[in-house]
Amino acid sequence: MTKQRKIIFLIGALIVSGFLIYANFFFDAYVLRILNLIAIYMSAALGLSLINGFTGQFSLGIAGFMAVGGYAASLLTLPIAVKESIFFIRPLIWPFNSLELPFIVGILFAALMTAIFSFLIGFPVLRLRGDYLAIATLGFSEVIRVVSTNTITITNGALGLKGIPAFTNVWWSFGFAGFSLFVIWRLINSSYGRAFKAIRDNEVAAEAMGIALFKHKLLAFVIGSTLAGIAGALLAHLLTAIDPAMFRFFLTFNVLLMIVLGGMGSITGAVIGAAIVTFLFEFLRYLDSPMELGFITIPGAPGLRMVIFSTLLIVMILFRRQGLMGDKELSFAWIEGKLSRFFGRRGDENVNP
Amino acid sequence: MSLTHFFQHLANGVYLGSLYALIAIGYTMVYGILRLINFAHGELLIVGAFIAYYGILIFHLPWWFSFIIAIALGALVGVSLERVAYRPLREREAPRISLLVSAIGASFFLQNLGLVIIGGRHKSFYRPPFFAQTVQLGDVTVMNFLFVLPLITIIILGIVFFLVYRSKTGMAMRALAKDYPTARLMGININRIIAYTFALGSALAAIGGIMYALRYPAIHPLAGVLPGLKCFIAAVVGGIGNVPGAVLGGFILGMLEIMGIAFFPHLAGYRDAIAFIVLIIILSFKPTGLLGEQVVEKV
Repeated sequence: MTKQRKIIFLIGALIVSGFLIYANFFFDAYVLRILNLIAIYMSAALGLSLINGFTGQFSLGIAGFMAVGGYAASLLTLPIAVKESIFFIRPLIWPFNSLELPFIVGILFAALMTAIFSFLIGFPVLRLRGDYLAIATLGFSEVIRVVSTNTITITNGALGLKGIPAFTNVWWSFGFAGFSLFVIWRLINSSYGRAFKAIRDNEVAAEAMGIALFKHKLLAFVIGSTLAGIAGALLAHLLTAIDPAMFRFFLTFNVLLMIVLGGMGSITGAVIGAAIVTFLFEFLRYLDSPMELGFITIPGAPGLRMVIFSTLLIVMILFRRQGLMGDKELSFAWIEGKLSRFFGRRGDENVNP
Repeated sequence: MSLTHFFQHLANGVYLGSLYALIAIGYTMVYGILRLINFAHGELLIVGAFIAYYGILIFHLPWWFSFIIAIALGALVGVSLERVAYRPLREREAPRISLLVSAIGASFFLQNLGLVIIGGRHKSFYRPPFFAQTVQLGDVTVMNFLFVLPLITIIILGIVFFLVYRSKTGMAMRALAKDYPTARLMGININRIIAYTFALGSALAAIGGIMYALRYPAIHPLAGVLPGLKCFIAAVVGGIGNVPGAVLGGFILGMLEIMGIAFFPHLAGYRDAIAFIVLIIILSFKPTGLLGEQVVEKV
């Protein structure tokens, strides 16, 4: 990284943290919650983008891994008294019933559990290709949901977990979004990343070049799913209540929409997509609820929001398949180019025109 | 388990199996030609069921006429779906994953449009008295439709087999499934054949939807999701693109679902997971399904 880029990076980081400090003090809880959601979905979208966009392995199982992460972390961080009160049908099994650990331990445990789960799941299914893989991962995600509905002594069944401490704040969520961004960015620009892209573009050619297909696919799958799992843990500690119905295919659909909208195979795209979709999802909430227009009340239409979202997905894939960003990134060279133009002087030698 | 119970479950299994088989054929035909998982197929089921429901409720049609209208309109919905969501992508030679995303979008669109128009409350489907009568077979008591509908399924299967393997259109369909460019060179109108395929598949989906509604009469816009997924799995288990395979897969899944719960009642909560577990096991050992052909990728 050149000195100039370090400065740009530092200024960017300062602006973001300044904004977060401001937001933390002056924004109301609702806006803060949306900001948190945006950051959490960014991490999940980055994870899915690594699997679907960069490695070209179309996975539809992201909701299942978010469920694993959410449950794993919550089981550790829930206060013992709360555990006793919500598990009234059948008690929680040992070790969880006598544990109350700090948030960071919960998150690490969530990461560990999703990594193990995604490894075990990825091992059989990653030998499949294309739409077979899509349906198999979707199947696993559904199995995770059905199992979590039935294992009452661990997940409390359909009632779910309530009273999870609200540990997630903007520092956790944006900190982790930044961490995911960093991990994916470093990974994509390493030899591993080039191998991922080679697999996406042509598996046979990649194998002929000596890339171990299965190893790289599994690596991308585990890393991407683990990011999503931690996002699930943060989500659980933001909403303070989780149940199996939260992790339906619907959740996968939302994350998929984010990366399709932003552009599969673009880090910037995943970030932009997550921000737009999360914002729209809250902004269009009024469509689902009744509207008061002076003296007439328009009854709300539950589902109208999703009609708009699914139309958005279809229109996007029909007319701009590559998404908003395509596979382009917001890069330092681009910023430097803009900056030097803005200050009215020609850029340094190391700036690409 | 007594023998009576066993036969009762067997009848249920045959019913569910033939239902799954019928719907799986639609999946397998569309996949065979387009190489596309029609995610919206499950929604086409419920579209058929709802058209039949409203035909009886609002237009006071006789039930058999309402069913016929539902099947025809279901086919129409399927064809327009293909026209709007899939054909533009096909003509632009988009990658298959784009088609899949479009199909997922179409599925969510239909579900939520249903929620907006109809609402999420369960509607109870009209069961014609002829189907609701019970019959005593030895010690087993079954409702009429439990063995009438498998018969109908067999007749429909006969028609489908005839269409696919004996008619000229069917020959064009099979040619298209084998090799696109060559089929086009042989003077086959690709768009028309694909529209026919969708019409046939969606009509089967509508029939399946009506049968499903007769068996489980509480219908709502999201009711098609699970049977849709399970029937897709049935098609994959049998070897997707293969019509006899879809029938086989459908029967295996339907039987396993009923019998699995019958023999292990305490696992009843896992009922919806059975299909997925079967899928994963089959794909691990035979990635192209039981009757599917091995496809070798050429470079």
